[in-house]
Parts: sequence; C-alpha cells; structure tokens
Amino acid sequence: MESAEITIGVEGLAPETGYRVPYRVFTDPEIYQREQREIFRGATWNFVALEVEIPNPGDFKSTFIGETPVIVTRDGDGTINVVLNRCAHRGALVCRQPRGNAASLECVYHQWSYDLKGNLLGLPFRRGMRGQGGMPADFDISRHGLDRLRVETICGLVFASFSDKVEPLRLYLGPLAVGHIERLFNRPIKLLGDQRQYIHGNWKLYAENVRDPYHASLLHLFHTTFGLYRATQQGASRIDATGRHSALHSVASSNNDAADKSAYAGMRSFDTGFSLQDPSLLAGRKEFVDGITLVILALFPNLVVQQIANTLAVRQIVTHGTDAFELVWTHFGYADDDSDMDQIRLKQANLIGPAGLISMEDGEAVEIVQAAIKGDSERRSFIAMGGGQAVDSDHLVTEGAIIGFWQNYERIIGFDPTK
Amino acid sequence: MNFRTLTAAELHYEISALQVEYADLLDDDRLEDWPELFTETCLYQVIARENADRGLGVAAIFCTSRAMLVDRVVSLRRANIYPLRHHRHILSAVRVTAVADDLVQAQSSYLVLQTRADGATEIYNAGKYLDHIVFAYGRLRFSRKIAIFDTNRVDTLMVTPI
Repeated sequence: MESAEITIGVEGLAPETGYRVPYRVFTDPEIYQREQREIFRGATWNFVALEVEIPNPGDFKSTFIGETPVIVTRDGDGTINVVLNRCAHRGALVCRQPRGNAASLECVYHQWSYDLKGNLLGLPFRRGMRGQGGMPADFDISRHGLDRLRVETICGLVFASFSDKVEPLRLYLGPLAVGHIERLFNRPIKLLGDQRQYIHGNWKLYAENVRDPYHASLLHLFHTTFGLYRATQQGASRIDATGRHSALHSVASSNNDAADKSAYAGMRSFDTGFSLQDPSLLAGRKEFVDGITLVILALFPNLVVQQIANTLAVRQIVTHGTDAFELVWTHFGYADDDSDMDQIRLKQANLIGPAGLISMEDGEAVEIVQAAIKGDSERRSFIAMGGGQAVDSDHLVTEGAIIGFWQNYERIIGFDPTK
Repeated sequence: MNFRTLTAAELHYEISALQVEYADLLDDDRLEDWPELFTETCLYQVIARENADRGLGVAAIFCTSRAMLVDRVVSLRRANIYPLRHHRHILSAVRVTAVADDLVQAQSSYLVLQTRADGATEIYNAGKYLDHIVFAYGRLRFSRKIAIFDTNRVDTLMVTPI
C-alpha cells in the first residue's frame, strides 16, 4: 500500500517524500468497471440535478450516475424521485429526452407505463387478447417497477445513491462541503443555462485538476494576468476528514501587482503586455462579505461547485469509459439578481465552460496526460508539492487535496487490480 | 447604401460574399482581421441550441463589442493553451429573412469541420447563423451574429470563433 508518509526509494538514489499514482488507474478497463460498481453505484452520493431544473410537478430530467442512466422526476406531491432509466421488462431506456414534463413514464418498446415514482402502472395485453397470450397468472405488477434510488437534497442540490449503506447526505458531505454549499446556495437560485464538453481523458484526471491549486495560476495565464487567481493570493486548500472532498478558495483583493509580478518573473503566466480593450468582461460585483472570489469545491465522486468572480456553476462529471468523460456545466444566478447582475453573469460566463478564457485549458491538460500514459500502466506520477501529504494548507502552493482524493480512492478501489 | 434599392439577387450576392469572407478569415487563421467584419457595438454570441430553445442566456462565447472580439483573439494568441487544430466552415442555405433601409437580416446553416494535428478530420460544430448586417464605414458589417449550435456537446474545447 503506497501512502504519502512512506518515502519512495529508487535503486541507487536517496529516498524522496512524495505520493505516486500508478497510471494504470486511468487506462485499465477492469478498474473502470470496479469504479462503476464500487464508487458510482456504491456507497456514495452522486449529484443528479438542481431542483430549479425540475420546478413543477411532472418535470423530469434524464442524466447519468457514472455511466448508468437515471431519471430525476418531480411527482404530483412535489417529491423528487430518482429512478433507473431502464425498463423493468427487457431493459430499454424509458426516458429518451434530456428533459421535459410528463404525467407518467412510458417505455416506447412495449408501452410499459410507470408513475413518476417508478411504480409500474400497467402494460398492454397483460390479460392477453381473445383469451390468448397475456402475462402468467402469478405476474405481480408491484414487483416490476423501475429501480428506485435513495434521494436527498441540500440547498436545492439533488443527490442520489444506489446504496442503502451510505450515511445521510449531510454526513457524507461533511462540514467543509456543507459550509461551502450553504454559502453559495444561501438563497433561491435561477437557471442560466448548460454547457457540455466531451473530454478525451479519464474522469480522475479531472478530479485531480479541480483539487490542484498549483496548476491554476501556471496553466491559466488569463487567471494570473488579470488577477482572478494567483498562487500568491490569500487562500487555502482544505480537505474533508475522509480526503474525498476538498475546497480551494482565494481572495482576489489580496493581489499586489508589483510583488506578484516578481513572484512570476520569467514565467509565461503573468503577461504584462496583455490588457483588455473591453474591460467590461471583468467588471463584476462583490458578492460575499467574506471577500472570497474563487471557490472550487470538489465533491466525490461526480461534482464540482464553483464560484469564479461572479460566475456560479455546478459541473457534473459523466464517465464514458476509461478514456473519456463529459463535463456538464449548469450555470446559475440568484432569483433576486437584477438585470445588470444577469448581464454580469452572462458576460463572465466567457471565462468558464468549453470556450472559457480560463477553463478551456483544463480539457487540454487532461488530454495531454491521457495521451502520454498510454501503454505504460506500471509507471507512476509523482505528487509532492506542499509536502506530499493530504493536509490542509493556508497557501495555494500545494497538491495536498489531490493526495486526499487518492487515499480515499485507495480505500475503495485500491491501486492493484489483482486484489 | 439603402438595402431596399437592391434586387433580391444583388442582396443575396452581397450577403453571401460577406459570409464567405467571414469563413475565410477564420479558416485561414487570419483572426486579427475577423473583428473588422463587425460594427463597433455589436453582439456576437455562440450559444448551444439547448439553451437558446429554453430561452436561457448562457453562451459559450458572448461578446457585446468589437473590442471584446479583439480581446478573444489576443487571449487566443497570447494566453490560452490548446492543441493545433484546423477548421473549415461549410456554409449553406444562406437567405435573407428581412430587409429594412439600413439593416438586412439573414439566416444560414453552417458546419465546422475540425482537423487534428494527426490529420484526422471530424465534424466539430453544426448550427445556424442568425445575422444582422448593416453598411458602416464603407462596407457591410455584422451588427449582430448569433451562432446557435446543435452540437450541444463540444469536443474538448472551443477556442476559435465559430
């Protein structure tokens, strides 16, 4: 078992402190299947929707947990349900639209019909026709509903779980994540739109990326040059007690351009020759009394909640095999935003998503790793910035939260596929 | 130029020529010239169909001035990190949808093909343009160009304008 505390020796060289992840976890189909079973369909809570996406009775949304299709519905009494999107008859997709409103769910293949909680309501020719055919006499309609998942919500975020063992949602999230969720979802929100991108890399490379304050000011020149995020900022990397969730935050008002320039001297990241002809892109408002202007809250396994300046969004990870995943960005504002604030958020949306002046590069970062590790599954990465341990830090020059993610992952999946 | 004085054929020719020039600038990587095809206060929006259909405003790219278009290009050249790609715009079904003295509205379909560094070509983005075109400072320019793309799921990233 590898861990951060163990120093790693290379033959003939002095041992070094650091944490290493075998590249096979990003390429091995068996590990991927194990993740689907033990993580996404295991004892975790997965984000499936914002409540504002399904505000009215009959509203539904189809989405995925890992690669498993599910339907999120709001039924007549206002209850939110999450059911497996798979007909109990012969396995067809019941819901074939991304979203909509319906009184019931009906499979097109043989018209088996379910209510919004997933109970089977009826099926054609159940009693046969003219005395012929029909289901056997012992057919029990109550035993053929859609599989129901556990559902819990927090501040308008809907989570579902296949597990009856996982702890209640708030306990699963823990105080760090709950605190950030309550801060960002402090009042009713409104939906501003979705963005989707398909990234040709393993989903865990993105899990690393959003737990990595080290890269954020180096890869993303736009961040650094315009002071949205710099490693020199006042900020912190915080890790949940289990290691699985983490939060990075920073305070842009702590920028000191002169000192920051010298800190980034010689690096391409701080481009003093680049200024905006139309600075309205970055003209925002101070929104939070705590002064925090950037939060990346990474929730295991499939969600990132973000605030970057005045952009607020959730990013859902949908896996597509070992070497691809889809990232679904759902942007939101507050229901009480005035029209100027709406415009600020829509304009700053230029910063994030697949065309985001900041975030477009994360897709590329994931893909250049996936491309380079092909065929060499025994080699390992080296993660040591900040000390090589899964500990909190009051600075941003650390990879500690990445190690927290992997230690939790090791407990669930392990790094050795033969065990 | 009063657009109403042009015949339908003349108008169609003028609009088509502008569209072709637009596609050429993008496909030939002459991006620094691309903002010149817009008016100073313009709207350029590249938005997923799933958002446009729901009346939701979030767009992949949303610029409200020519200066913002310039900033996009400068960012692409100086700041952003992305792989080498070539794009090819295929335009079709160009048509004028409304004519006023000083404004033409047009719609067209487009397909953007993407060729990766390894030489493989794929369909990258499919959609329609909704354009407002005016005559300003000696030539036709877009006062508004909205690209509504069917390809809701963008392949990796979008750095070059559509």
